[in-house]
Amino acid sequence: MEGDSIIELKNVNFFYGQTKALTDITMSFEKDRVTALIGPSGCGKSTLLRLLNRMNDLIAGTRVEGEIIFEGINIYGTDVDPVDVRRKIGMVFQKPNPFPKSIFNNVTYAPRLTGISKKSDLELLAEESLRQAVLWEEVKDILDKSAMTLSGGQQQRLCIARALAMKPDVILMDEPTSALDPISTAKIEELIDELRRKYTIIIVTHNMQQAARVSSKTGFFYLGKLIEYNATEKIFTNPDVKQTEDYITGRFG
Amino acid sequence: MQDVLMASMKFRYFKQQAFFTVVRLSALLIVLALGGLIAYIIVNGISAISWDFLTLPPTDSMTKGGIMPAIVGTFYLTVGAIAVALPLGVASAIYLAEYARQGKFIRVVRIGVNCLAGVPSVVFGLFGLGFFVVFLHFGSCILSGALTLGILVLPTIIGASEEALKAVPQTFREASLALGVSKWQTIYKIVLPNALPGILTGSILGIGRAAGETAPIMFTAAAFFTAKLPSSIFDEVMALPYHVYVLATAGTHIEQTRPIQYGTVLVLVGLVLGVDLIAIVIRSYVRKKKRW
Repeated sequence: MEGDSIIELKNVNFFYGQTKALTDITMSFEKDRVTALIGPSGCGKSTLLRLLNRMNDLIAGTRVEGEIIFEGINIYGTDVDPVDVRRKIGMVFQKPNPFPKSIFNNVTYAPRLTGISKKSDLELLAEESLRQAVLWEEVKDILDKSAMTLSGGQQQRLCIARALAMKPDVILMDEPTSALDPISTAKIEELIDELRRKYTIIIVTHNMQQAARVSSKTGFFYLGKLIEYNATEKIFTNPDVKQTEDYITGRFG
Repeated sequence: MQDVLMASMKFRYFKQQAFFTVVRLSALLIVLALGGLIAYIIVNGISAISWDFLTLPPTDSMTKGGIMPAIVGTFYLTVGAIAVALPLGVASAIYLAEYARQGKFIRVVRIGVNCLAGVPSVVFGLFGLGFFVVFLHFGSCILSGALTLGILVLPTIIGASEEALKAVPQTFREASLALGVSKWQTIYKIVLPNALPGILTGSILGIGRAAGETAPIMFTAAAFFTAKLPSSIFDEVMALPYHVYVLATAGTHIEQTRPIQYGTVLVLVGLVLGVDLIAIVIRSYVRKKKRW
């Protein structure tokens, strides 16, 4: 069952200075599905993720070749403002990184800067986003407290709520649970399961069980190349490529 | 074998104790020097301090009366220097830390800033005289003095601000940018507020030092004697450090003014330490609040 694709990569190469980090990546991400990217450290999966919302622009000396088409537009085209791309394609990072502001101000920070000014609108948006991130019940009475007082797992769900508040189409998650304990991890995974009904999620993970649990398609990267890209079930039971099987069964990586 | 081990352990212990003693003494020496200096000034100057001393102008060829015009002058010069240097310094630091593509040009700028910090203050005074007083025809006045002091503290403010900006975690910038917030808004809303306490602390310490400088203002702003208070930024003013210099070297009654000299120094040191105290309070308040 093939869904509609929302992001398409065509012959993408990526360089950090002279070092080639991604080689000839062509793949497409399906709309309203969870796609997992796996592979050993340094294989380029996080680099690829950060390419999708132009976060690699922040690193000096990087270069992109090829095209990344999102909603019919090459996001690396000369007339594209990365700010617009990032509003549609949100991101959740490896380490929870809330701002040293109140919980409410964390969620409403970006919407406020992009035009929503009415207090009641912001309150509604905050509640909606926090509910979607399954954090509302825990924080509804302490919205004015600093986000720094929350636990790591709560902080990460707050970061997800913060991303949701911008109503993106796609959410990129870069190892979102690797800094969390198993219970917090389970909560985030449940959350991903909820969110995939409305959002396209692309998740980089080191945890193969996680990839198997949450995603419908999985891409395996090795040394900057996309080795295999298949339905998750197929990748984890009967992969086409031997390298994938070796990695998944723990023979290397 | 046991003996050798014991001996080496003892030696190591001795070496450690010797080292600790040296560093302890060094620290003690600094505290003693500062404490001694302040105690000496207080002992000699406290008798001169009175309400009249702080609120009246000098009288009788500056052998009697107070130092009010000098306090006011130093206040104006310092505030003026802040007004000049803080916006300029913070803006430069934002450019250097956040916008500039790190390369040869920026390295040269940074070396320039560091060199500026090492230039003797009298050179700033002469520059102020040549540029503001003479070339721009400002004359010797608050404006020229404040601009000169401002340039003097500029490297300190740029340095402190750049450090403070760099201390803001990169993850904050990434988090904000990833939400589709522009770079300038990220700097203005996230980076700057988080760096502000550091910027203020460093800047206030720099300003405190500048307030006590004599050389930069003696050619550009300071009057030998004027009983009237300034009415515009184009007026000359008396200033505390220059007043001390004048009383101690240029007057005709140096011995008679000795108590006034100590009193003036005490007021000056009190002001500078007071300003430093503000910086320390801000810093400790922020350290308590900071949680990243």
